[in-house]
Amino acid sequence: MSQLIYNPFDREMHPPYLSPEYKSTLLRAPSQPLVVVKQSLSELSGPVFGDTNVGPLDHDLTKNARRNGEPLGERIVVHGKVTDENGRPVPFTLIEIWQANAAGRYVHKVDQHDAPLDPNFLGAGRVLTDAEGNYKFYTIKPGAYPWGNHHNAWRPNHIHFSLFGPNITTRLVTQMYFPGDPLLQYDPIFLGVPPKGRDLLISTFDLDITEPAFALGYRFDFVLRGSKATPFETV
Amino acid sequence: MLQTPSQTVGPYFAYGLTPEQYLYDFKSLVGNQLVDPLNTPDAITITGRVFDGQGQPIADAMIELWDPANKRFGRFGTGTDPQNRFVFQATKPGSVDGQAPHFWVIVFMRGQLIHSYTRLYFADEADLNAADPLLNTVPTERRATLLAQKAPGGYTFDIFMQGDNETVFFEV
Repeated sequence: MSQLIYNPFDREMHPPYLSPEYKSTLLRAPSQPLVVVKQSLSELSGPVFGDTNVGPLDHDLTKNARRNGEPLGERIVVHGKVTDENGRPVPFTLIEIWQANAAGRYVHKVDQHDAPLDPNFLGAGRVLTDAEGNYKFYTIKPGAYPWGNHHNAWRPNHIHFSLFGPNITTRLVTQMYFPGDPLLQYDPIFLGVPPKGRDLLISTFDLDITEPAFALGYRFDFVLRGSKATPFETV
Repeated sequence: MLQTPSQTVGPYFAYGLTPEQYLYDFKSLVGNQLVDPLNTPDAITITGRVFDGQGQPIADAMIELWDPANKRFGRFGTGTDPQNRFVFQATKPGSVDGQAPHFWVIVFMRGQLIHSYTRLYFADEADLNAADPLLNTVPTERRATLLAQKAPGGYTFDIFMQGDNETVFFEV
């Protein structure tokens, strides 16, 4: 019996460990070369999640933390597809979501940015892809916020995502940005990605998914590492 | 199709990824107990810290632990322990593919635009370690960085991002 071998991380698409303009990398980037693994069943396994890991309102961040009303801000709906590099859908995989509120403030206790918290918004959610790899969730458009990397540094509006895929080699944590954001050209986290990969992190406005008189729609697709060979398939 | 680029987990992941540990009102996907220690006589505790290039413990890392033999997964942030330790309850994994017992450890943090993978082997499995195919591809002088050391109730495993004892990280 042979097994699938997954393509390595495409280092022309992913940011390097050391990215000096993003100052926190200086003391945290490994300096020694990575040791290459010959893939085995150990790496080609990973946690499996399902419906039981997603709460009934976790796909709607405008509803899953309400106390006395609706959260403030611009309601949006985000949808897309998770595939591998070969274009095959990644069905029933978990997507974890977290973000700042409309004012650019995170619920996290360490975030001391002088912008208001929203009592009706946590900013965390989860969604499972369907049988075709599609996902959709509702939220509030996150605000930009300042950070300490350099003078007058601001993060562009973004939503954080964590994905698993079929095994631990396909693990992905990333951020989705919004089209036309003037802060992107100044953001060392976004610019840490090689030029070839940057556009893939910017969502597109989608009038077809926009819900009349309710929410603006954005599309964002994910492409996870794919397998090199498919020895199990006979077709 | 081109792979979606990675971005950092950032400093504010806790309410989304490790909410119960950090006392946020959101159900955690998983915690740090790969087994229930009360019902598992051979449970071990694994503790460690993550150090930056100046030898300072990192307070905003997220560690994921994957036991490939028992298919168990856990996650813990280094921001709640006063010494910035991560703590897991697990059992020592058995062998997969004839390899020495090991966990995969995935490290995420602010200051890493893409996550890092390392393996936790056990210092008290010298014979199995000596025959492990992956460990044998690691330069001899760096292998010790992958060995968890026996401690009361379990093992300790510190992770060094840089420096003389820089942990071996893998291209998986």
